[in-house]
Amino acid sequence: MNLLAPLAPAVGPPLWLLAELTYRCPLHCIFCYNPTDFARHESELGTDEWLRVLREGRALGAVQCGFSGGEPLVRDDLEVLVAEAHRLGYYTNLLTSGVGLTPERAAALKAAGLDHIQLSFQDSTREVNDFLSHTKTFALKQRVGEMLKAQGWPMVMNVVIHRLNIEHIGRIIEMAHELGAEYIELANTQYYSWAEVNRAHLLPTTEQLKRAEAITDEWRARLEGQMKIFFVAPDYHEGKPKKCMNGWGNVFLTIAPDGAALPCHTARMLPGLTFPSVREKSLKEIWYDSDGFNRFRGTGWMKEPCVSCAHKEEDLGGCRCQAYLLAQDAAAADPVCVRSPHHAVVKYVVALADAGVVPAKPIVFRDRANSLRLSAG
Amino acid sequence: MNLIDASVPRLGHGFRLQWEEVQGCHVLLYPEGMVKLNQSAGEILLRCDGQRGLADIVAQLETAFGASGLRPEVEKFLEIATHKRWVTLA
Repeated sequence: MNLLAPLAPAVGPPLWLLAELTYRCPLHCIFCYNPTDFARHESELGTDEWLRVLREGRALGAVQCGFSGGEPLVRDDLEVLVAEAHRLGYYTNLLTSGVGLTPERAAALKAAGLDHIQLSFQDSTREVNDFLSHTKTFALKQRVGEMLKAQGWPMVMNVVIHRLNIEHIGRIIEMAHELGAEYIELANTQYYSWAEVNRAHLLPTTEQLKRAEAITDEWRARLEGQMKIFFVAPDYHEGKPKKCMNGWGNVFLTIAPDGAALPCHTARMLPGLTFPSVREKSLKEIWYDSDGFNRFRGTGWMKEPCVSCAHKEEDLGGCRCQAYLLAQDAAAADPVCVRSPHHAVVKYVVALADAGVVPAKPIVFRDRANSLRLSAG
Repeated sequence: MNLIDASVPRLGHGFRLQWEEVQGCHVLLYPEGMVKLNQSAGEILLRCDGQRGLADIVAQLETAFGASGLRPEVEKFLEIATHKRWVTLA
């Protein structure tokens, strides 16, 4: 036994490495979770840098690797990165809208060892209201669906649900079934980034959510054994915070396109925290030693009402980014919680939605010009 | 579910079994998820290769661990594993 061996760190390894390869995207989704200032972070890591990140992550113990964006298919080195991730022993996942996928690329990704594709179903046009009637969207997903089946991947879909499509949830489920999906995640919008900017347009009424959940339950029963349906709880309406990312710096490690290492997609907006870049530090130093990753680990950082709350281990106080967005304090209880002293903020915006108040500001599409405008000064 | 001597279990489509040095255990990986396996679950799944029948698997485990009477435990695990789609039977 070597008594001089360093003590094992008390923090567990990152099990999930999410490589956000790019912020470039052919879509302009109004609920996009990429930061609103993405146009200020355009210096993407190169192929060799990503390969090093993949190796370091695997050495730390990461087993799941997700490639996302933006649209990861716009990177023409995606196949090279997938191949290396596969060789290293990761289970490889691609999160894509399918825009840019061709039968040739699908075959190349399969040959590189890609294990899984999650296809997000969103409108490929700017006409949000045409979401369902737009035949181009359906035809694209149908083509992509056929490419996935041809390569032996299951068809797993993700649809972001919001006020502009929630009335059509039955049709969305039916459409996914027609496309041959085996699993669909109905993801109620989470209000960060672009979705936070557009919140007044996206937040459904309490009544709409109830109906949507009832319709989902009916379809779940009807499609039992054919398609699994998962309905992500809408935390604004439920008064119950989520255990965000399964705990800050607990299992998830996100690398932004420019190399910033983050505990989640949106943490970079939190003031007073610094997140090192993989260009400057090793993943090991970042995960175990950086202030950014250690700040909200565990429960030591909590304030009341979280400190004395019986649920503190269960939800870890909810989401730090949401606490900052709604209470201007990243260490506060997540205001979606009924016990939060700031819960009235959430109740107020839900009440506005329920009352059918027409938003004063127009919808802001996720694009470069809007990103520069929103992050100016 | 009817498990007979000749039942041939194999890992379900999309699942992958591997040893993880950092975690010190076998894990079962699937789309966007992971199950940590205890030693007996890992040892059973290692033998679910679509080649060996249930009787062979039990015999091999009993030899490997110098034990006897493992069949009920293996069957119980395979029932759970089949239900969770970790394993399919041929």
